[in-house]
Amino acid sequence: MTVLKAVKSRVKHPMDNLLRMDRIPHIWCPGCGIGIAVSAFAAALDKAKIDLDKVAIVSGIGCTGRVAGYVKIDSFHTTHGRAIAFATGIKLGNPEIKVVVFSGDGDLISIGGNHFIHAARRNMDMLVICVNNFIYAMTGGQVAPTTPLKAYATTSPFGCVEPPFNIPYIADSSGAVYVARWTALHVRRLTNSLVEALNKRGFSVVEVISPCAMYYSRINRLGDGLDMMKFYHDNAEIKHGEDTKNLDIGFQTKIIVGKFVDRERPSYLESYNRWLSEMKDGTP
Amino acid sequence: MKYWRTPYDLDKIEVPKGKVHIIKDRCKGCGFCVEFCPRDVLEMSEEFNSKGYHPPRVKNPENCVNCGLCEMICPEFAIWSTAKGEKEGKGGQQVPRGNKG
Ligand SMILES: Cc1ncc(C[n+]2csc(CCOP(=O)(O)OP(=O)(O)O)c2C)c(N)n1
Ligand code: SF4
Ligand code: SF4
Repeated sequence: MTVLKAVKSRVKHPMDNLLRMDRIPHIWCPGCGIGIAVSAFAAALDKAKIDLDKVAIVSGIGCTGRVAGYVKIDSFHTTHGRAIAFATGIKLGNPEIKVVVFSGDGDLISIGGNHFIHAARRNMDMLVICVNNFIYAMTGGQVAPTTPLKAYATTSPFGCVEPPFNIPYIADSSGAVYVARWTALHVRRLTNSLVEALNKRGFSVVEVISPCAMYYSRINRLGDGLDMMKFYHDNAEIKHGEDTKNLDIGFQTKIIVGKFVDRERPSYLESYNRWLSEMKDGTP
Repeated sequence: MKYWRTPYDLDKIEVPKGKVHIIKDRCKGCGFCVEFCPRDVLEMSEEFNSKGYHPPRVKNPENCVNCGLCEMICPEFAIWSTAKGEKEGKGGQQVPRGNKG
């Protein structure tokens, strides 16, 4: 019996309705956290009672970029770094759709960094779920703009010398209206954050710190995925409302998690529609 | 090492009963469910699944309270719990039922 046949069991997991079961098992390694982020997202869609015909999910390229291929809602696997640009197009073309970008730190903050800050500046209506595993995983563990100082990667054989980006800080200072960070261990809190963010108008960012058991933890001799999860348990500290300036992550240092930003600001579509009606009134 | 604290009002609350379901052949043996189950219901087994991993097995079935944590933390969609007496697939607390497909 082939593996695939055996895996296509007739017993149904409660999440199977939201997954493209013909593509499961997914490609993620044993101990990878991306699957957990998908579970939390699926649970959040259910809790937020969102009509699945009115959601679109957009991913870029990378291990996390594969999410779009596994969820059974309208999904788009776009080019590297361009998920937010693509999502912006969907939202403007059909404002009724709830648009979710689900991608990796490299995709969103490195090659896609410009789209990220400008979508935040415009307060474009979308939720961005950024799985941060501190590395370019899919291509073999190269340094990412999130790799902590001193951490090893295949392209930093003597340790990373570049200071990393602090994703919540970029999001906050660029204008995002909702910013939270959790680890893959904090499944329930992550789910609750995703529900809040799904109900928000404007640009929301939820960062998920996740184990890359294949590259980041192996190159740095941190053990397997389970060891990384135990590390999160012992070293993540919940500090809601913490100033995003203080959220830097060092190599194996404390990780501050929580909801940091939740504010109101006219979203792009609100501003645009108001401007349109003012133009029609002739009272700009 | 124990990962979760015992609730202070444990003696006052009525504890629900749950049943764990495992699709063994989906498991990749990461051990998350076993390690983080707050009630020590699971353990890793010695058996191999069709992919060559060791799936978990239920060690203390009577301890399960249907909290649904195993379901949330499993990256492979391989394990879940139901309230005892409920039909399989009805699901634990956080279970998405999906309004499509
Ligand atoms: C234009 C372009 N440049 C480079 C690549 C190679 N590439 C594929 S995935 C990736 C990095 C992905 O990293 P990240 O977004 O962190 O995702 P992860 O794999 O870590 O989940 C790169 C550089 C590409 N596919 N396209
Ligand atoms: S390479 Fe890393 S990020 Fe990619 S699937 Fe494997 S563990 Fe996950
Ligand atoms: S969490 Fe899932 S994949 Fe990991 S050991 Fe448990 S059942 Fe297997």
